[in-house]
Amino acid sequence: MDSVADSQRTLYPYVTGSSVVAIKYKDGILMAADMGGSYGSTLRYKSVERLKPIGKHSLLGASGEISDFQEIMRYLDELILVDNMWDDGNSLGPKEVHNYLTRVMYNRRNKFNPLWNSLVLGGVKKGEKYLGTVNMIGINYEDNHVATGLGNHLARPILRDEWNENLTFEEGVKLLEKCMRVLLYRDRSAVNKIQISKITEEGATVYPPFSLRTYWEFSAFQNPTAGAEGSW
Amino acid sequence: MDQVDFNAPHSMGTTIIGVTYNGGVVLGADSRTSTGVYVANRASDKITKLTDNVYVCRSGSAADSQVVSDYVRYFLHQHTIQLGQPATVKVAANLVRLLAYNNKNNLQTGLIVGGWDKYEGGQIYGVPLGGTIVQQPFAIGGSGSSYLYGFFDQAWKEGMTQDEAEELVKKAVSLAIARDGASGGVVRTVIINSEGVTRNFYPGDQLPIWHDELESHNSLLDILGAPEPMNI
Repeated sequence: MDSVADSQRTLYPYVTGSSVVAIKYKDGILMAADMGGSYGSTLRYKSVERLKPIGKHSLLGASGEISDFQEIMRYLDELILVDNMWDDGNSLGPKEVHNYLTRVMYNRRNKFNPLWNSLVLGGVKKGEKYLGTVNMIGINYEDNHVATGLGNHLARPILRDEWNENLTFEEGVKLLEKCMRVLLYRDRSAVNKIQISKITEEGATVYPPFSLRTYWEFSAFQNPTAGAEGSW
Repeated sequence: MDQVDFNAPHSMGTTIIGVTYNGGVVLGADSRTSTGVYVANRASDKITKLTDNVYVCRSGSAADSQVVSDYVRYFLHQHTIQLGQPATVKVAANLVRLLAYNNKNNLQTGLIVGGWDKYEGGQIYGVPLGGTIVQQPFAIGGSGSSYLYGFFDQAWKEGMTQDEAEELVKKAVSLAIARDGASGGVVRTVIINSEGVTRNFYPGDQLPIWHDELESHNSLLDILGAPEPMNI
């Protein structure tokens, strides 16, 4: 490892985004992420867009180091540009974009200079829905529902229980909101400003940011230490 | 990067505050206890009773702060019996200091002792890491306090009323929660004066909205005006 290359290696992340959660639904893919960019334990940036449309058929959601995500967006912009320049009526679908990202992530990992992200790539092409994920060490797979980070522990169990392949848009949104609310309660780096986006055969829509109501009215929350002073 | 360490020690990242006013003290705290990135308890009570008239705000290691407060409660109980009248705030704070100082290599907890006694009225004592004791008109502590130094420099005034003091504490904890990932949940306050002790509880929807935050909703669907799925 020579010293010139060392000075550019990502050793640890600085500004990070938290979980992304995504599901297949009747018309395509629904994806959700909050808009937080944390700087260690500080919630420094609260309007970071972590869901981006890619070409005509895909949506990318990213967690992890934001600067690396921005670099990936540059790579993908070039990829899509060259694809358009062929002007041959064909366009890269989500499966191809996911494969490209997987190769990039894995090859960087092999050079000990990873892009410090966990990515979710979803899309629809010619009626076929696709949802996959790839992370900084190159692990990649597809499934009916995927998540990054703490979402794997908190959201996916909910999805395993409540997902089905005929979800309407409204049902899908409510399901994602349920997952995002749990993440709000239980993930330190979650921020209460959420973006939901969908992709269908017609195209991609990223909805405006919104905040979720949270529930604190359990009677047990009022005076938890009554009768057990000094506990939590 | 996607690892969650469920065996990490419970730490109350925390924001804790103690403020004197013209009749007593107001203590305030957030309610988040985390193990690594997971929020183990979202409704903890970090303001702990030592005697009827003296409470302590706990930050840092949950275990260390609990055991220190348990010992001090035990000693103060005996002291009260021997003295024949309520212990003074200064005595309580000094007991906390003795434990913190004499076990400095093994403890990781910052405490704010606050209360009312008939000799000196309302008092606040800070006992940070290392076991220093310092009497202050107001004290802030925990990881969230970093975001409040500027705020208090500007907003603190001598001789506030009870309502002004409680508003200040509520506002401050809420501001810290907005920026500190290790603080969150609800704002708890405890007011101590000659008349006794009052506990209050303020969930997120009763707190002001700060910069880059949004009004909360039950669902994105309410904002989009999409029709709710029909139920018969």
